[in-house]
Amino acid sequence: MRVNFTVNGRRQEADDVWEGESLLYVLRERMGLPGSKNACEQGECGSCTVRLDGVPVCSCLVAAGQAEGRDVVTVEGLADYAVERELAAAGAPDDGPEGGVAPDRGGNGHHGTPLDAAKRWQARPGLPSDSLTGEGMPLSPVQQAFIDAGAVQCGFCTPGLLVAADEMLEHNPSPTDADIREALSGNLCRCTGYEKILDAVRLAAARQGEGN
Amino acid sequence: MDFLRPASWEEALAAKAAHPAAVPIAGGTDVMVEINFDHRRPEHLLDLNRVGELSEWEVGDETVRLGASVPYSRVMDSLRAELPGLALASHTVASPQIRNRGGVGGNLGTASPAGDAHPALLAAGAEVEAESVRGSRRIPIDAFYTGVKRNALEPDELIRAVHVKKATGPQQYSKVGTRNAMVIAVCAFGLALHPESRTVRTGIGSAAPTPVRAQAAEEFLNAALEEAGLWDSGAPLPPSVAARFAELASGACNPIDDVRGTAKYRRHAIGVLARRQLGWTWEQYRGAHNLEGAA
Repeated sequence: MRVNFTVNGRRQEADDVWEGESLLYVLRERMGLPGSKNACEQGECGSCTVRLDGVPVCSCLVAAGQAEGRDVVTVEGLADYAVERELAAAGAPDDGPEGGVAPDRGGNGHHGTPLDAAKRWQARPGLPSDSLTGEGMPLSPVQQAFIDAGAVQCGFCTPGLLVAADEMLEHNPSPTDADIREALSGNLCRCTGYEKILDAVRLAAARQGEGN
Repeated sequence: MDFLRPASWEEALAAKAAHPAAVPIAGGTDVMVEINFDHRRPEHLLDLNRVGELSEWEVGDETVRLGASVPYSRVMDSLRAELPGLALASHTVASPQIRNRGGVGGNLGTASPAGDAHPALLAAGAEVEAESVRGSRRIPIDAFYTGVKRNALEPDELIRAVHVKKATGPQQYSKVGTRNAMVIAVCAFGLALHPESRTVRTGIGSAAPTPVRAQAAEEFLNAALEEAGLWDSGAPLPPSVAARFAELASGACNPIDDVRGTAKYRRHAIGVLARRQLGWTWEQYRGAHNLEGAA
């Protein structure tokens, strides 16, 4: 079957999707977006976490057909998503001369992350980038905080943690440690012992507070 | 495999009538696991996400009509006052990601003895609204669970909603597991005091082939509270009453040994949970009762 949905602000279409296929499989194998990780396939580990209509979910447990017509944000689109959220919060005008135009996330404007760009996210051609410092790369504040706090070891759980942490900070800008633990309780990390991850989220929250 | 995507409840019922073996999928947190692991290959998946009314609830005078697909996170956020036991139970479900998708309808459809919502529904008192093209009926929660992962639904029926009695007194829910999140219950217990009818109700999870009530424990406690006039006096509960209640709750279990725990441990733990919850809820009742009396 064919599935039409919005991925990182751009309309996409997936063909020849098997009816029992997960959204995760479609993202990774059909859209070429391997950021969302495939580990447990039973909703235990959170490494496939994406936003579905804004809500964090395990994409391995969403049937592809259930994503029809809906809005998905993956880790590849997180930087752009953070920018648009900032713009929306600041009430900044869109590209047009008149203010107050809502960004057209599904259109062909400057918003959203094109699939090609998302696929090349790791090393953008023409941009000197350093994945150890994040320099020269388009990063959301929470991604930068993970790098700065040393919250990434093998990196497999990182995309899911980033999406979950970013969503929490969106509606809870000054979380307690208990809030952070709760928000990230569905994301397993087998390397770090979580302390640096908690540091990273606290750092992102503190920076977010300073920015406002 | 076919993916059926009804846009309305009527279309969903028609699809289920045409394909009684179709597997309904809403949050997908049970069904997709089975498909991902190749444990299940239904000919038809019946997606209920487009039936918007299933994600809605209505608070009535005596009950809450909870749409089958209302996610646990909504129950936690929006129905804590009306359904405190179910809200506590919802909070023990897996993780935020799972609670954002899964709902009580799926828990009932799967009817696992370990489903987190069941003890809370049993304790509060509830009816399952099941419907097919042949008509609608209300199944009392006590009659809903018929065996391990079996329920009273007919093949052409879908769960539309569950009608849960609004709390008129304190309710509690606890679950035993190795950590706070992502745990399948080793065992679980729910308790609801119903001061308006001067009764108590219980629910036990993961300690029998189906979720069950501890009826002997309920009857004992109902009689003990009545005889001593405790509903009226708001006096402390005699420790001997709490101990006997715990013993009877333990006796209502019919558990097995498995990887999560032994039968002996489950029996013991249910007794502990029952005693603790009775203490918590009774103190809460007394607090409210005596405050009322003073006013």
